[in-house]
Amino acid sequence: MRKTIKQLAKSLLGSLRDLLPIVLVILFFQFIVLQQPLPNVGQILTGIVFVVLGLTFFIHGLEQGLFPIGESMAHAFARKGSLFWLMAFAFSLGFGTTVAEPALIAVAAEAADVAAVGQMIEATDEAKSRYANGLRFTVAFAVGLAIVIGVLRILKGWPIQWIIIGGYIIVVVMTMFAPQEIIGIAYDSGGVTTSTITVPLVTALGVGLASSIRGRNPMIDGFGLIALASLTPIIFVMAYGMFI
Amino acid sequence: MDILSEFIRVTLGTVIDVLPIAVIIFGFQFFVIRKKPANLNQILLGFFWVLIGLSLFLLGLEWCLFPLGRLMAEQLTDPAFIQAAQVTKDVGEGLNWKDYYWVYIFAFSIGFSTTIAEPSLIAVAIKANEVSGGAIGVWGLRLAVAFGVAIGISLGCYRIVVGDPIHWYIITGYVVVVIQTSFAPKMIVPLAYDSGGVTTSTVTVPLVAALGLGLSETVPGRNPLIDGFGLIAFASLFPIISVMAYAQISEARSRYANRLNSRREKDTRNSRDSA
Repeated sequence: MRKTIKQLAKSLLGSLRDLLPIVLVILFFQFIVLQQPLPNVGQILTGIVFVVLGLTFFIHGLEQGLFPIGESMAHAFARKGSLFWLMAFAFSLGFGTTVAEPALIAVAAEAADVAAVGQMIEATDEAKSRYANGLRFTVAFAVGLAIVIGVLRILKGWPIQWIIIGGYIIVVVMTMFAPQEIIGIAYDSGGVTTSTITVPLVTALGVGLASSIRGRNPMIDGFGLIALASLTPIIFVMAYGMFI
Repeated sequence: MDILSEFIRVTLGTVIDVLPIAVIIFGFQFFVIRKKPANLNQILLGFFWVLIGLSLFLLGLEWCLFPLGRLMAEQLTDPAFIQAAQVTKDVGEGLNWKDYYWVYIFAFSIGFSTTIAEPSLIAVAIKANEVSGGAIGVWGLRLAVAFGVAIGISLGCYRIVVGDPIHWYIITGYVVVVIQTSFAPKMIVPLAYDSGGVTTSTVTVPLVAALGLGLSETVPGRNPLIDGFGLIAFASLFPIISVMAYAQISEARSRYANRLNSRREKDTRNSRDSA
């Protein structure tokens, strides 16, 4: 118990340090550049206390829960040796964590507005929500597929750069043909798919797999899953914009 | 109490977020692997901490930082503010891209500082440090990524102001990435690619999105629906470049130090020989 408290106190200091730059930036711009007083100081202070505590607890939970389960599952799958179940797990992890992602839901709704303004779809609520849902499932499918490809890559030891660069070339070619309105959203959708809980889990899965398979280097083969998960949505969203 | 109901609302949101992940993980754990993980209690407790931590974190952000950050983005992009800070006083010429300098500085500093506080980046940095046996420092990686995001977002703001099409910037960035990939140390490449995806989550996206929308609403001739997007893409592209650059620079430095050392050794040997 005492050890836990000591650990928490230490990471509390760490979180304070992590947050300090934001506070400094806000103070600088508020007082020096905009020259305005700080609105409701009490609320801001409470908020900062919450953020610091939250970050501390999150990092603690990360090391206690998310990293160990990710790695222990990777080892268990590697020992079990069933390719089918590993792939099924990879796909569900990618699909399941993305489809409910709030940032994605927000971006999909905005994309539907853009499509309606650009007269790609009818400007009715029904058409918009159909478009937004279609987009959401497309992106979730893309992320599921990305994790499957990424896991397959770790098993086979393919170098990541060929896959990523190949993906970039597809993106560049598709950019020339995709409707103007969808391009910004497509590029952004790559960034929004990877949430705070997905990233540690997927990283632990990749590193765990790479370290339990002989001949794989966790540094070279273990990373790269997140890169794939940010690339495939760009391709799929542009395809969605082209065909619908 | 107000704050309590807010806390419950945010926690419920996080639970809904975490639920599918927990179902998938424990479903596969119990039905496919069919073995209890060794430290199940510790892991469950860890999930609990993650849940509480993330809820508090989001609540704090929504309560204090986001409203203030959005307000600032609005005020800094306000034409009145920009006119007051105008440097190029050509009458009748209107606003020049240079007059938005406070926007670029704000974009740079907010991109940098939010990336330092980004929880998923901390997670990846911890893992990378562990796996590389300490060769990749937690802070080295985080600073490299933060600089990448900062540069990316300021450049993205510049793009919105001048109104260039986004894809030329992104494609140029890709070309740089491809060239760097063939020269950077092999070990860093996958991590560098990953750091593009991790930078843009909980903290950075809402503030950056507000900045993009604010800018595209106030700069004449920009359409927020089209030009407001794309900043996140800049924020995910530039860290790839900066992380590879960081590895290249540290490799070059250690090579230089080695050469210096060996030359010094040779010198001392020579002087010893001549003596």
